[in-house]
Amino acid sequence: MKIEQAMWLHERHELVLEELCELSGLSETELRELVDHGVLAPIDPGARHWAFGADRLVVARSARRLRRDFDLDPHGVALVVALLERVRDLEAELRDLRARLPGSGE
Amino acid sequence: MKYKDYYGVMGVDRKASAEEIKNAYRKLARKYHPDVSKERDAEAKFKELGEAYETLRDPEKRAAYDQLGSHRPGQEFRPPPGWERQFGEGTFSFDDIDLGDLFAGMMGGTHRAGRRGGKVPIPGEDYEVTAHITLEEAYRGTEVDLELTVPEYDESGFAHRVRRAFKARIPKGATDGQRLRLPGKGGKGLNGGRDGDLYLNIALHPHRLFRASGHDLFLDLPLAPWEAVLGTSVQVPTLGGPVRLKIPPGTHAGRHLRITGRGLPKPHGGEGDLFAIVQIAVPTVTSERERALYKELTDTSSFNPRGHFEQEAAK
Repeated sequence: MKIEQAMWLHERHELVLEELCELSGLSETELRELVDHGVLAPIDPGARHWAFGADRLVVARSARRLRRDFDLDPHGVALVVALLERVRDLEAELRDLRARLPGSGE
Repeated sequence: MKYKDYYGVMGVDRKASAEEIKNAYRKLARKYHPDVSKERDAEAKFKELGEAYETLRDPEKRAAYDQLGSHRPGQEFRPPPGWERQFGEGTFSFDDIDLGDLFAGMMGGTHRAGRRGGKVPIPGEDYEVTAHITLEEAYRGTEVDLELTVPEYDESGFAHRVRRAFKARIPKGATDGQRLRLPGKGGKGLNGGRDGDLYLNIALHPHRLFRASGHDLFLDLPLAPWEAVLGTSVQVPTLGGPVRLKIPPGTHAGRHLRITGRGLPKPHGGEGDLFAIVQIAVPTVTSERERALYKELTDTSSFNPRGHFEQEAAK
């Protein structure tokens, strides 16, 4: 059986604006709106051609699903994505604290 | 063809109004949307809900669905004669067709089939799966067996569910919650549309010894009281094999002893650290001689671990 190579979606790998559009299913206008609303930040906002960390693809795809499935406008998407990012950060912090807690293993 | 009870999935009456259907969808979507839900099987439940809603919200699809009558979910059934005509030209076998795919492809009195050879490229669907791997597998890199059921389109453009199995290589560097992308391994695109991707979400199994946070690992390191007081050198397990760790004299409980570079490897090079968290283990069974030595220590030592209580009380 052929073995497929998986690619990392981490911040050191960059995606240009067009790639992020294609992979997330968002239009360029929608993506620019998400940047305007502070949901996504390009690596260098001042650059002529925007590039994003590949981990932003996860956020962009989530934004597209939320917009489609809940019929949200850009403000609504921005709010939900921002809250979800906060939940994710808190979960990571909780995981870190649990890992540091002696005797908390399985 | 297997029957699906879309009204049952949405928890609404067969006579429900469009508004009631919309409200039921919103309520259940908040509960099961994979981006916001913590429910088990949220992904599968939301897919079921989305399929039911897409069919019932569209008057044309809902009418076609209602013509099928009511059956038990999962029950094999045959649609009434001529029913398939509303899906466009041509005949097809219902045997291995998924009801959801059929309705998803139905648009304006025709079927996706009518758009095959058309000019509108339709990208293939993306899929997301969670790959559960062990810490050892994350450390070395591993291969996982994946199985997906994806729609593939026949000559007339009708979707058939096909099982696809393959192996995917997860390079070393994974940790909990990390994502990987397998380009082109999702659903097939139509009319020259790009094939969908498969996204892997990594979940680490809990380990008996190590706890992971990002690429750092944490390990409880029990020491005997005298080892903590006098200092020693102990053997500590790591994912790359045991290492010796120097314990300085006067090491207190809770101290994190860093073993640099013995955590999980990072995808872009380098590795996390391993932290041994000191615990003072107290022997439960002591011999006469040991008790005598502790007694001697009690009489000899001026150590007062609760000195700060007294200072506080004196204020």
